[in-house]
Amino acid sequence: MSSIRLRLIVILLATTGAVWCCAVFWTYLSTQHQVERVLDARLTEAARMVSSLITDHHIDVAAAVEAATAGDVPPEFTVAEGDYNRQLSCQIWSLQGQLVSRSASAPATSLADHDKGFRETTIKGERWRVYAVINPTLGVRVLVGDSLEMRDRLVGDVVKGQLVPALAILPVLAALLWLSVDRGLAPLNRIASALSGRSADELHPVGEDGAPREIRPLLRSLNSLFGRVTQARERERTFIAYAAHELKTPLAGLKTQAQVALRSDDAAVRETALGHISTSVDRTGRLVRQLIDMAAVDSAEADRAREAIDVAAAMREVSADLENLGIARNVSVDIHAGVTVGRASLNRMLLHLAVRNILENAIQHAPAGSHVDLIVERDGTKLRIEVVDQGAGMTPAQSRHLVGRFNRGSRGGEGTGLGLSIVEMAIQKLGGELAFDQRANGFAVRVSVPAGWLAEQAR
Amino acid sequence: MRILVVEDDAVLLDGLKVGLGLSGFTVDTVATLADATEALAADRFDAVVLDRMLPDGSGLEVLACLRERGDRTPVLLLTAKDETADRIDGLDAGADDYLGKPFDLDEVAARLRAITRRSEGRARPELRCGTIVLDPAGMAARKGGEPVPLSRREFSILRALMESPGMIHSKQALEQRLYGWQEDVESNTVEVHVHKLRAKLGAASIETIRGVGYRMGKSE
Repeated sequence: MSSIRLRLIVILLATTGAVWCCAVFWTYLSTQHQVERVLDARLTEAARMVSSLITDHHIDVAAAVEAATAGDVPPEFTVAEGDYNRQLSCQIWSLQGQLVSRSASAPATSLADHDKGFRETTIKGERWRVYAVINPTLGVRVLVGDSLEMRDRLVGDVVKGQLVPALAILPVLAALLWLSVDRGLAPLNRIASALSGRSADELHPVGEDGAPREIRPLLRSLNSLFGRVTQARERERTFIAYAAHELKTPLAGLKTQAQVALRSDDAAVRETALGHISTSVDRTGRLVRQLIDMAAVDSAEADRAREAIDVAAAMREVSADLENLGIARNVSVDIHAGVTVGRASLNRMLLHLAVRNILENAIQHAPAGSHVDLIVERDGTKLRIEVVDQGAGMTPAQSRHLVGRFNRGSRGGEGTGLGLSIVEMAIQKLGGELAFDQRANGFAVRVSVPAGWLAEQAR
Repeated sequence: MRILVVEDDAVLLDGLKVGLGLSGFTVDTVATLADATEALAADRFDAVVLDRMLPDGSGLEVLACLRERGDRTPVLLLTAKDETADRIDGLDAGADDYLGKPFDLDEVAARLRAITRRSEGRARPELRCGTIVLDPAGMAARKGGEPVPLSRREFSILRALMESPGMIHSKQALEQRLYGWQEDVESNTVEVHVHKLRAKLGAASIETIRGVGYRMGKSE
């Protein structure tokens, strides 16, 4: 049931109904008990009265029976007067089994055949409760009984008297509940209409003041979500502006060179321009790929998508990715994976992008014919990756300048800065560290990331 | 007309150099802020095409430096940042015009002609001297309404002379207008071109001031 209103009304009606039913049942039981007690007492009294009247010979038997059975009905049970008249029946039998006398309402057959006390009998389909007493002086048995149907009707009338008004009230109760629930849900409706009236840009928090305590946690979660969405959109906006900006310069170069090629009559000039266009398209293609990588890294959540990675295999994969660039630049990549390196639980994409961009930069800057070393080691709980090329490298000032360009919103010259920004962001998300090292044998980029080493798989 | 292009993207820089060269400009190029500052201090340019973002800083720094020392060389800012606020910043920093990337080569040339015209205080796009009319946009000259075909170098020299008709231009000054840094200056070229110009426009069109230089002749 998805409607709170409907659910509340059904629950309230059901509980109210259950309480009523219990009350009616309890009334039924207690009324039945009372009726039995009172009417049994009357039976006893009537039987004794008949017995004592005929013993004393004050009146004859028939008159005694009439006197005893014409007694008034107890006032609390006089619901429908006519129905309850003549409810007692009396028979007087000789001990030899002959009917001495009976009241008008009594059947001709014996009401019961016991000597003393109460008994329930069925005569011609009618159930009776009969009290018997023996008068030893006259040698007669006095039987006084009343119809059990009568008793049931009495109890039934009492229960009906309670149920009828209750059922009559039920629709009124339902209507009242409906209105109350409506009032109760008004704050929710207010918030809902405030939210549905918003445009996609209105991500400011919903005011918690005046909101019922019960929905405050919901509002808080909603506001926190708004906050995260706002941040994500802000990041996206910055990124799109950055990407557009980053692409404008190579596009300007392409357009200019194309116009030169179109305009010049000199075949050599045209050829040079077309060569520039071709190089620039390659470079722009790489830039676009890096922008996509950057967006992927930016939105990645390192801890969400951890998986078991064979580190050495992952490094080979990265190297294979860059095979064409290596061939084009005549630079080879040597992977040195220590024997202790095994499998680690890491975000594969972040690791891959970080290493690929470091390696790509290294290949770009390594002199032709040289080789780039990719060293992978296990360093305690951490994974250490080192990329060493024999290029000119960077001064510390340059490296500081290059990293973090995206955050400052300035521009990365040859795409190098962008690559390093991707590396920096990915390493940061992996919770690791990035360092540069100018050595005698070349330029080294060192990465150290905490790795969830999988012990059972370690070689 | 000699201009300096400051841009760090090699492909774009080359395109501007060759493309503006085709439009009759003599183009010198630098890729960094430091080189731009040095070039502007050492040489005189008719206009500067300045990229706003350079690897070693903002182009606006060069601009501020230039204006600080009273240099009124017209500057056309090129930039990938093309929002209103950026344009306002650039213009307020002393730029004469602003062009967002990517741009059309012809537009760059037209804007350069426009800002130099303004800086020279001319109202008309063509230069006039007597019956000689020079159209910088079309790289064409007319004498008495008749078109006169000119080579790029001849055009450059005539343009330099016609920009300030009363002034005497030294041979060196004309050579500077004619050649960028990367080009070798051939000896006697200025004389050769002036000779050809006289042949096309009439002997009296250009005067030689012996030992000093050249200037436009008095109207015939």
